[in-house]
Amino acid sequence: MSRGLRADAMARRAEFSARYGAAVSPSLPRQLSRYLLPAVLLALLAAGLWRVDFSPERIWNGLGKLGFILSFMVPPHPGNLLGLFIRSLGETVAIAFLGTLLGAIMALPLGVLAARNVIPSWIFRFSMRRGLDVLRGVDTLIWALIFINVVGLGPFAGILAIMVSDIGSFGKLYSEAIEASDKKPVEGIRAAGGSELHALWYGVLPQVFPVMVSQVLYFFESNTRSATIIGIVGAGGIGLHLADQIRLNEWQTVAFIVLMILVTVGIIDFCSTRLRFALIGKGRLSG
Amino acid sequence: MNTARLAPTANTAALASGYRRTMAEKRRRTILFFAALLVGIFVAGWIGEVRLGVFFANFGKLGVYVSNLVPPLHAVTFGADMAEWYWGFDLWLIKLLDTILMAYVGTGLGFIGGFCLCFAASANLVQSRWTTWAARRVLELFRTVPEIVYALIFVVAFGLGPLPGVLAIAVHTAGALGKLFAEVNENVDLRPVEGVVASGGSWLHGVRFGVLPQVASNFASYTLLRFEINVRGAAVLGFVGAGGIGEDLLIAVRRFYYTDISAILLMIIATVVVIDLVTEQIRNRFLHLERGP
Repeated sequence: MSRGLRADAMARRAEFSARYGAAVSPSLPRQLSRYLLPAVLLALLAAGLWRVDFSPERIWNGLGKLGFILSFMVPPHPGNLLGLFIRSLGETVAIAFLGTLLGAIMALPLGVLAARNVIPSWIFRFSMRRGLDVLRGVDTLIWALIFINVVGLGPFAGILAIMVSDIGSFGKLYSEAIEASDKKPVEGIRAAGGSELHALWYGVLPQVFPVMVSQVLYFFESNTRSATIIGIVGAGGIGLHLADQIRLNEWQTVAFIVLMILVTVGIIDFCSTRLRFALIGKGRLSG
Repeated sequence: MNTARLAPTANTAALASGYRRTMAEKRRRTILFFAALLVGIFVAGWIGEVRLGVFFANFGKLGVYVSNLVPPLHAVTFGADMAEWYWGFDLWLIKLLDTILMAYVGTGLGFIGGFCLCFAASANLVQSRWTTWAARRVLELFRTVPEIVYALIFVVAFGLGPLPGVLAIAVHTAGALGKLFAEVNENVDLRPVEGVVASGGSWLHGVRFGVLPQVASNFASYTLLRFEINVRGAAVLGFVGAGGIGEDLLIAVRRFYYTDISAILLMIIATVVVIDLVTEQIRNRFLHLERGP
């Protein structure tokens, strides 16, 4: 039946397009963007697949091996290293905690200076923003690799790596929060004879503080995830053991470590979400 | 002014003591918070092996390290100095393009995976609770394990090279996008779907003609955002042998080829910034599409 409807509609196509115009027969650029764009994207995908050596044979063999690996993973078992893993997981959380905290504190002056309503010079603001972008644009793992050269292997390099990339993120977020703040309290404080610093402290800070705390907690969550993998390059935490056990083909241990990581991240997510709700109320969380 | 109203009465005394109590309570909470924070810092510092002595001793080293990163550029021999600094430019450029391609292919495959799974994970489109539950758990598994962990495992299964990197990005992206897509799907207006189904269309027709036109611009915007994230991610996958510019960066850092480090880092930063700007423009356009002309 639907076949008949379609044939009927196609037969009366000229009449439809005369009556409804663009809705039935879209303009040429629209048609081009509709068919050409997906075609180009798909062609690029195919070329990319060829470039990365995506042969069905290789995929098939790899999947077979992956199946073996997965079957070796059950049941997850820590071997006799459970104590070590728990300690490294503690180290991971410590790295995330200190890195986030230090980043949050050190970003404070930078965020204030990068805000348009604090220093109205656009060139200063522009260079501050780009500087923060550079800190943020480099992945935490790269920072970790560099700090290992400076302070040696171990969790301290991880703390510094998380701190530096967080300074970039927090600086940007703080300055945006400050720019979005209401300026009436600031005017009130100035009118009552307060200094610039008073205006910042009593006028702006109370407005932006809840937003800042919420963002710091949120970053603590996401940094815990980063801190679990930072050990892969040797910057402390559970990642080192994960990479080691994969290299040793100890798949039961690998599965156990992955589960430990997932549970820890889950617990921290839960706690920090609760804390955020408690601190600023559910309604403002999205802000 | 009526001064009588301002005179202290029993009522204001009660209010004042209430105010004092509230402030004391608030102060107590603040002190408690900072005490807990201090304890946390000390415990974390102890576990994290923070030795301030070492840090300050090494602080100078950081300065030396950074100054080593700066290549010797002189105004007179600027061209030659640049050429020496970027001696491996052709090689790095190819590796960088490979990295972007890895991110692209990974995002593409991940998009396909997430797209296929997202409709099953939307509670308003699928009747069976079990399908939704299963699809959501699969997406969760894909997205909660970090990309680089997948890369580590895939390198063992598929061998070294960009392929395991692409697959790692794809799996993680499928999980992340699938979840976002499903959330978009759950907010669509169901009346067009009902219309399609009422006029004899199948479930697939309902999704194609009822849901897809409503969600397409959102899907595209999320995918672009993910591509941006994946370019950053792909740059470090080389650390575990999964292809891309990360391999060269790792070698440069491990062997203390200082000027190579800064050269490659600058190239990565420039790429990330350019891709951010371009995708932001395109995403803004999609947002306008969504809000209507």
